[in-house]
Amino acid sequence: MDILINILSMTVPFSVALLLASLGEMFNQRSGVFNLGCEGIMAVGAFIGMLVPFSVGQGGAVAGGWNWLGLLLACVAGALLGLLFGLVVVTFRAPQGIAGIGLQMFGVGVAGTLFRHFVGGTQSIPGMSTTPIPLLSKIPVIGRIFFSHSIIVYLAFLFVPLAWYILFKTPWGLRVRAVGTHPRAADSMGINVNRTRYEALAVGGALAGLAGAYLSVCQVKMFSDELIAGRGFIAVALVYFGHWNPVKIMLGALLFSFAQTIQYNVQGLGMNVPYEFFVMLPYVVVVVVLAFTSRNQKTGPAALGKPFNREMRT
Amino acid sequence: MSEKITSLRMEHITKRFPGVLAGDDISLEVGEGEILALVGENGAGKTTLMNILMGIYQPDEGRIFINGNEVRFRGPEDAFKVGLGMVHQQYMLVGDMTVTENVALGYKQAWKPMKLDLDEVRRRVVEVSDRHGLAVNPDAYIWQLSVGEQQRVELVKTLCLGARFLILDEPTSALTPQETEELVDLLKKMKEELSIIFISHKLNEVKAVSDKIAILRHGRIVFTGDTADHSSSSIAALMTGHEIELPENKEADMHGGLALSIKDLCVRSDRGNLALDHFSLDIREGEVVGLAGVSGNGQRELAEAVNGLRAVESGSISFFGEECAGRGAHQMIEAGMGYIPEERNIEGIVPAFSIKENLILKDSENPRFSKHHLMKRKAVMENAERLRKDFDIRCPGVDTAAGSLSGGNIQKVILARELTRSPRFLVAVYPTRGLDMGAVESIHKELLAKRKEGIGILLISEELDEIMNLSDRIAVIYKGRVQCVMKHGEADKRRLGIHMAGLEEGSDE
Repeated sequence: MDILINILSMTVPFSVALLLASLGEMFNQRSGVFNLGCEGIMAVGAFIGMLVPFSVGQGGAVAGGWNWLGLLLACVAGALLGLLFGLVVVTFRAPQGIAGIGLQMFGVGVAGTLFRHFVGGTQSIPGMSTTPIPLLSKIPVIGRIFFSHSIIVYLAFLFVPLAWYILFKTPWGLRVRAVGTHPRAADSMGINVNRTRYEALAVGGALAGLAGAYLSVCQVKMFSDELIAGRGFIAVALVYFGHWNPVKIMLGALLFSFAQTIQYNVQGLGMNVPYEFFVMLPYVVVVVVLAFTSRNQKTGPAALGKPFNREMRT
Repeated sequence: MSEKITSLRMEHITKRFPGVLAGDDISLEVGEGEILALVGENGAGKTTLMNILMGIYQPDEGRIFINGNEVRFRGPEDAFKVGLGMVHQQYMLVGDMTVTENVALGYKQAWKPMKLDLDEVRRRVVEVSDRHGLAVNPDAYIWQLSVGEQQRVELVKTLCLGARFLILDEPTSALTPQETEELVDLLKKMKEELSIIFISHKLNEVKAVSDKIAILRHGRIVFTGDTADHSSSSIAALMTGHEIELPENKEADMHGGLALSIKDLCVRSDRGNLALDHFSLDIREGEVVGLAGVSGNGQRELAEAVNGLRAVESGSISFFGEECAGRGAHQMIEAGMGYIPEERNIEGIVPAFSIKENLILKDSENPRFSKHHLMKRKAVMENAERLRKDFDIRCPGVDTAAGSLSGGNIQKVILARELTRSPRFLVAVYPTRGLDMGAVESIHKELLAKRKEGIGILLISEELDEIMNLSDRIAVIYKGRVQCVMKHGEADKRRLGIHMAGLEEGSDE
C-alpha cells in the first residue's frame, strides 16, 4: 500500500513536463502545424530556467523570485523558437517533419553549448520548493498524492480545463481549429491563416519552454544534456493518444508517468531482472496504447502538416 | 455596411498563372436586382474571375468599381466589408464544427475578448434562415448534413455576414433536380433584395434564373447579352466554340448473357457503417446499366467491392458465372474487369509517372511489354504513341508526367488503358465529372462503341443527362440499396430525382 501511494504521489509531479509540452503541441497541431522540435524547445527552456536562479541568485536564499523569472524567460524563449519555426514552415513552407527534426537538434545543441559556456559542469540548484496546500494536503492518502507539490504542478492541472475553454469557447480557439481543419474555408471567411498559425506556434513554444524549465527548476533541480530524455517526442505521441483533446492528453500524461514511476520504484526492489526492461516499460506502454487507440478513430486536424498557399490552385 | 450595392463593374481584369492565362482583359457589369449568369466550360476562368472579385486572388491588371467608386481588396475580409459574399463550388465549411461555429468564423461582432458569443451568432442564424425560408439546424455538425443542406448553410452564412451581393459558383453541381428547382425559386425571390452572379454550365438553369448572361471561353468574354434573347443551343455553341452533339444509346437491345450479377451485397464504408445494404443488380453483356444517385449513397463502395478493392461483408458477386466476392484487385483484372475510378488523379493514374508508363500500369508483366522482367522500352513507346493518336490525348509528349495533364486528358489516358486491354466488362465511375463538353462527347462515344462490341458497362453517375443518354436500363441507388430499376424509355428527370431523394413515387414530397 505504501509503495502504491509512493508511486502515485510521484506520478502527479512527474507528469507535469509532459502535460505542458503536449498541451503546447496540441495547440500547434490544432492549427495545422506538426512541431517535432518540441524536444529542442524544452531543452532551451530547461537551460534558461535553471540559468537565471543559478547565476543571478547564486542558488542562495533569494532564489524564490529568480525561479519565477527563470520560468518566465523560458516561456519567452520557447515562444520565440516557436515563431522561428513558424518562419521556416509557415512562411517558407518547408516540410514540417524535417524542419522539426532540425529544430530539435538545434535546441538541444544550443542548450548544451551555452550550458558548458555559462555553467560548466553539473551544478544543482535549490530550485522551487513544494507548497502543500493548507488543509487539503492533510487529507490522508489524497493529500500526499495531489496536494503536496510545487505551485507549477497545480497551475499545470488547472490549465487543462482552461486549455479546453480556450480551444472551444473563445474566438481564438475557433480560429485555430478552423485553420487546422480547413484553411481555405477560414481564409474565405477573412481569417489570416498564417498569422493564426504563428500565434498557435508561439503559445505552443511557450508551453514547451515552460515544460523544460519545470524539469530543471522544479523536478530535477539541475540541468544536463540528457535532462529532457525524449520527453518532447513522448509529448508529440501523447497528442495523438489524446486525440487533440486536453482532458485525454492529461490522462495520457498521467498514464505514461505512472508507468515511469513504477519503473523507478521496481528497480529499487532489487528483482533479478535486467533494469533495462523496466526502463523500457513506459515506452512500451506508449507504443501499445497508441497501436490500440489509433484504429477506427478520427484522424485529427485535416490540414495537419500542410502549408497553406492561397493562390495555389487545387 | 449599410450602403446598397447598385452597380458592380470589373474593367480589363487580367490574371496569369504559371503557364496559363486564366483571365484575359475581362470586363463585366451587374446592376441592381439583376442576376447575371456567368457561363463557360471548365477551365474557362469563371472561378478565377470570381476569386479576384472576392480578393482571394490579386489581379495582375484591371480595376473593380462598386457604385462607381474604385475598390481594392487585399483579402476576402475587405470584400465582405462592402457587402460581397460568395458561395464556393467546394463548400467552405469546416466539417467538424457546427453550423453556428462556421458562421461565427466570419461574424466578428460575436468575438468578445475572452468569450465567443455563440448565442448571439445562433440568434442571427435563426433570424436569417427564417427571413429567407432557408431551413437549417444551427446546432448540427456540418459532417451530418447532406450536400443540399450544406449549401443552405453556405447561403445562410453568407447572408449572416451581411452580403448584399451574392456570387454563387456552380451552386447546383451537387444537387438533386428537386433541390435545384427549390434553389432557382429561392434566388428569384432573393433578387428583390440583392444582385447575384450565378456561375454555371448547365444551360437550362441559366435560362430559368438569369436576366443577363456573360460567356467566358479560354479566359476571355466572348459574349454578353440578355438571356431571354438567346436559345440554349446558341449559348452552348458560343460556350464551346463549336456545335456539340452528345451521342445517345439508340441501338437495339443486345440480349447478351449475364455478365455481372450482384446479390444481397453488404459492404462497409471507411467509417464502419453499412454503405451497401443488401444491394442486388444484374448486368448483361452488351448492356449499359446506369446507376443514378446522389454521391455518398454507396457508389464508391460498390465500385471498389466489384473491383476487389474493398472487403465484402456478405452477399455474392458473380462475374461470368464465377463467384468473385472477396477476390483481390489483381484477380479481378485477370478476370477481365476494366475500371474507370472515381478519383482519376489518385486512383486512375500515378501522377508522377509518365503517360507511357501509366498506359501499361496493368500490363507491366505482360510479355507484350516485358521480357525477363525487364521493360521493352520500344514496345511501351509504340503503344503510347498509338494510343495518344487513337484517343486524341493532348500532351507535349508521352514522357510527360501524367499528373500535369488537364482532367479531360487524364481521363483519356485512363480510358485508353482500360479499353484497349480488351476487357470483358467495364465499371465507369463518374467518368465525365468536371470535364468540358468536348471531352464528354468523346468519352460517351467510346463507351457506346464498347457496348456495341458486346461489353457490359456499369455506369455510375449523378449526371442524369449522361445516364439517360447512355443507359439501356437505369437503377437508382439510395442509402446502399437499389431504389428502383427502369428501362431506357421509362425514366425522366423528375422520376429519377424523386427516387434519388429516397421518396416513393406518388407520395407527397
